Amino acid sequence: MKIVVCVKQVPDTAEVRINPETNTLIRDGVQSIINPYDMHAVEAGLQIREKVGGTVTVVTMGPPQAETALRETISMGADNAVLLTDRAFAGSDTWATAYALSRAIEYLGADVILCGKQAIDGDTAQVGPEIAEFLDIPHVAYIRKIDDVQNDRIVVQRLMDDGFDVIESSLPVLLTVVRELNVPRMPSLKGKMAAKKAEIKKLSAADIKAEENKLGLKGSPTQVRNIFAPDAKKDRRMVEGTTTEKVEAIVKEFVGLKCL
Amino acid sequence: MFIRVIKDKCTGCETCLSSCPYDAIVIKDGKAEITELCQLCRSCLTVCPEGAITEVEEESDKKEKGQGSGLWVFAEQREGVIAGVSFELLGAGRRLADILGTKVSAVLFGYSETGADELIKWGADRVYYCSEEIVKNFNDEPYAALLSDLIALHKPEIVLAGATPIGRSFIPRVAARLGTGLTADCTALDIDAETKNLLQVRPAFGGNIMATILCPHTRPQMATVRPRVMKRGEYDASRKGEIIKVGADDIRSRTRVIETVKEVSEVAVNLQEANIIVAGGRGVGGEKGFQMLYELAEALGGCVGASRAAVDEGWIPYRHQIGQTGKTVGPKLYIACGISGAVQHLVGMQSSDIIVAINKNPEAPIFSVANYGIVGDIFEIVPMLTKKIKEMRGV
Repeated sequence: MKIVVCVKQVPDTAEVRINPETNTLIRDGVQSIINPYDMHAVEAGLQIREKVGGTVTVVTMGPPQAETALRETISMGADNAVLLTDRAFAGSDTWATAYALSRAIEYLGADVILCGKQAIDGDTAQVGPEIAEFLDIPHVAYIRKIDDVQNDRIVVQRLMDDGFDVIESSLPVLLTVVRELNVPRMPSLKGKMAAKKAEIKKLSAADIKAEENKLGLKGSPTQVRNIFAPDAKKDRRMVEGTTTEKVEAIVKEFVGLKCL
Repeated sequence: MFIRVIKDKCTGCETCLSSCPYDAIVIKDGKAEITELCQLCRSCLTVCPEGAITEVEEESDKKEKGQGSGLWVFAEQREGVIAGVSFELLGAGRRLADILGTKVSAVLFGYSETGADELIKWGADRVYYCSEEIVKNFNDEPYAALLSDLIALHKPEIVLAGATPIGRSFIPRVAARLGTGLTADCTALDIDAETKNLLQVRPAFGGNIMATILCPHTRPQMATVRPRVMKRGEYDASRKGEIIKVGADDIRSRTRVIETVKEVSEVAVNLQEANIIVAGGRGVGGEKGFQMLYELAEALGGCVGASRAAVDEGWIPYRHQIGQTGKTVGPKLYIACGISGAVQHLVGMQSSDIIVAINKNPEAPIFSVANYGIVGDIFEIVPMLTKKIKEMRGV
């Protein structure tokens, strides 16, 4: 079975802030990590391979330094890694990203495609389902458990707000996974050796036969108009006085607000 | 488009270097230079004190604007219950449609005409509904195909859907198929006065940053909207509208729902419906501290929530968690006890009508969103508050 896992290298978002005066990003000392949800996708790929055999290929689209993320997945046990990199991809929104990744997957061939449910920098959760649409294959999002994998079908559990759905799908299929699915393994010593030596295959826009007008900023229907700091409430005030006075003041406010 | 440094203006001051999230600016021969790592995010444009960084338009950037009219709301249902976010979208959609001078239509799958009628009463002018078997349960492919077909036929200008597990799963397929833009998880929507484009505001980088997104050239402009951030419109039982039944010929599905399992945690449901929430964070100190919060919540007739810190400590189960990785809530009154107010928590509760924060650290970020801030010891204040409220209620 050909298993392809899509990963993204992201800034560790807990550290990214915005300067409210200049409305620009402050990213001093922010580390790049593999999107945490994608680690669960890699683990799921490895577990499927252990069960039914096959190969796990990890693919990422990004700048040349995203190669470090790919080597990390090889140290976990992935067989191959592919870096989709080209100046033409710059400025891609989810639509253009999904288009490029779908072309790469078409080029590689896949029975099962795995993605994290979303990336922590954008939190859109759109690229996975959009890849499936471009490939004209089914997808199931928010997978919390894989019940059964066969050569032509898969049974999975999809997390919903009020529980979960058990879903059967034909293959090929794209799945997006949540953290509950598994615990990503630590790299083995052997894996680390393999990661050092591994040759990372690089693909350009021409290699995947992508249409130029569907790539990068040009191929992106959405645009970021501006970024800004989350605003604070304007009508805020501090309640002063002794503890008793504070409590009495706040209870009075509750009555005024008809909370009591 | 590309970003360029005007070499004559650049002084090599390096101010721009840290503004770039992609490390795409380097200093070469004393001047800034944009490298091929540039993702065209525009973060650097405003930081240069000399105005030396500029964006350059290319001929190929110019595009014809797509056509469309009318605002559509995808109204989702699960097992015959229309999701609350659908009514919120009708409220928001009504406001936007009035600015544009256009009509609001709703689309409802897997439900009968009575559901369509309900949507009219909540503010839709027209409802397209499909009650065929293939859309009874949610499967991505038939939902995406049917909605795409309807959009392609009627060409609305804007399509809104809930940022729920259903909306966030299949709406991207619709956008991919139609070749148009989709903005996920919006928290505010407006219309640009000049261009009439939809302004879509959403959090990024885990809520640390807000971004306004446009879809300037293609139609429809599509957005998923986070539940409980928009206000419902007025319910009018006498409202009349147009109801149109649609078929589902040639619609297939390669996935099948074998079983639907309910794992309803009463707490989680109650939190999202609650008018009053008393929430605790690291400052609560342990399970015993939460007992104190339960007493206050009971006196007020509310529910207990928690920050991620308290959940990670194991003081209270995950289903109580509010924030980026927990529930988004919007009660009338939110009392934050011993919660410092990490951005990840704030995004899950800042649409509450009134926020009261009690924290011993006057610098805690929670105070920046609190309508009423109390600096003090929660172990002193909370029990006193509970007692006072009980007295007032004569309990």
